[in-house]
Amino acid sequence: MFDTLKLIVLALIVFFAALGADWARDPAYMVHALLIIVIAAGLFFWQLRQMPVEAGEAVRVSAPRGYMDGPVRYGVIATAFWGVVGFLVGTYIAFQLAFPALNIEWAQPYANFGRLRPLHTSAVIFAFGGNALIATSFYIVQRTSAARLWGGNAAWFVFWGYQLFIVLAATGYLLGATQSKEYAEPEWYVDIWLTIVWLTYLAVFFGTILRRRERHIYVANWFFLAFIITVAMLHVVNNLAIPVSIWGSKSVQVFSGVQDAMTQWWYGHNAVGFFLTAGFLGMMYYFVPKQAGRPVYSYKLSIIHFWALIFLYIWAGPHHLHYTALPDWAATLGMVFSIILWMPSWGGMINGLMTLEGAWDKIRTDPIIRMFVASLAFYGMSTFEGPMMSIRAVNSLSHYTDWTIGHVHSGALGWNGLITFGALYFLTPRLWGRAQMHSLSAINLHFWLATVGIVLYASSMWVSGIMEGLMWREVDANGFLVNSFADTVEAKYLMYVVRGLGGVLYLAGGVVMVWNMWMTIRAPEARPITVALPAE
Amino acid sequence: MDTYSLLRELADSWALLVLTLIFLGVIGWAYRPGSRALHDDAADVPFRNENPDQARNDGAHQ
Repeated sequence: MFDTLKLIVLALIVFFAALGADWARDPAYMVHALLIIVIAAGLFFWQLRQMPVEAGEAVRVSAPRGYMDGPVRYGVIATAFWGVVGFLVGTYIAFQLAFPALNIEWAQPYANFGRLRPLHTSAVIFAFGGNALIATSFYIVQRTSAARLWGGNAAWFVFWGYQLFIVLAATGYLLGATQSKEYAEPEWYVDIWLTIVWLTYLAVFFGTILRRRERHIYVANWFFLAFIITVAMLHVVNNLAIPVSIWGSKSVQVFSGVQDAMTQWWYGHNAVGFFLTAGFLGMMYYFVPKQAGRPVYSYKLSIIHFWALIFLYIWAGPHHLHYTALPDWAATLGMVFSIILWMPSWGGMINGLMTLEGAWDKIRTDPIIRMFVASLAFYGMSTFEGPMMSIRAVNSLSHYTDWTIGHVHSGALGWNGLITFGALYFLTPRLWGRAQMHSLSAINLHFWLATVGIVLYASSMWVSGIMEGLMWREVDANGFLVNSFADTVEAKYLMYVVRGLGGVLYLAGGVVMVWNMWMTIRAPEARPITVALPAE
Repeated sequence: MDTYSLLRELADSWALLVLTLIFLGVIGWAYRPGSRALHDDAADVPFRNENPDQARNDGAHQ
């Protein structure tokens, strides 16, 4: 009965997607409709082949046992794949800025910087970071709750639904569908799809916590839960829009003017605060103690860390809107809360680093621990830099310059990137039943490629950003501006090349990791699988 | 009084006070006497349940 209903629903989706493809008002919508037709039709035939045979012998499926690691394995591979894609696009657009000829003429308008840039940011934040968060949260919540994922195949829906969201968003950018909100570029129907996927994610995660056989909810799960709930709230409020037509991708924002700006940066900064910070702190509070082989330094401090982060972060958004139409009191509020955020950020960093107390030698011997430590160091550095840049006087120099881009990347490449790499190196052998990664020296190489890449990136952007800021404000004796915008562009050419080289190194590290993971999973020396894997 | 002014006044008086007290309460609760055993137990969670079959059957910890 339920299977028949699924067939009917899939057939209806194919029908309406076909209508959409025919009546589409813009190319992005048409391509997406065609994509939906292919996927829904494929699912239709797949479902048809699964249908129970009348009067046939019923296939007995035993209830699944153990932890559900299938979606985690797929998530680990997807994280590595999207990571390399995102780094590649990022490196390419970095060189586009240095060498504008790379905005290749025949590929216009699809491959210009303006369309590739959101592709890069979404690929690294949502595809690489998001898959890492979903996979690790599913892995961690099962182990710390001693319970199988709730909801059966819902976890698979979350994985595949999320990949569909990524593909729709990415193709949409290239074809020109964007609502022009930073980090929230996807248009209305992609937003609705993500909302469905995300609420399913929340249900799976929370359902698993409710089924837990541990009395206490481990702190990593608090961070993950805060991340999932807050991102749901931010996503829905910031994407309140009315489509011009249900057969087209264009939509109009409900908020306008300064309200829209404030909503956008309330979203934007908390995407950093809850997606890139709270979620990854959930990873930190599990993987660092596991890899170090000792419990977190202070569990009490982790509770304070959690609540301080939750209470403070949500107010920090207005620091993106200094010297704009936003009222001064709101900007000051954002600035003050950003500065207070120093305390929980550093509390968390100290808690993570001090977990190694008594095991400091592991930094020398264990490249995965070294990645986690470097990641925490970058977390500390960028959470020091961020509040400093939110101070109005500093912001007047740093805003709109490359300093901001450097700051974002020391956090994203250093903190998010390195901790994700460490987590992938932790998970890959365990998920595929291998004793350890194929090559430890390749992990070491990856560590150094990534670290030197970040240093090149951050230092070139500091020099470039501060130079830009100083050049823009330079006035002559008569009060006229000395430099034009093009002067600053010319002056930072060398820094852009260095930044691009940093990206090349970081990308090379990602490729080394993919090779290492490939060799570990394939295990060419044909080691027997040492862990019994539950059939999914 | 219009909605904005009402909410604004509420936000920087009673709501601020309540949220601050809740936050201080959380800190006090985390550091309450006798919570150490519970926290040590919680910090140890990642080192249990590696294998689902070894997972405990009930939530109570001895």
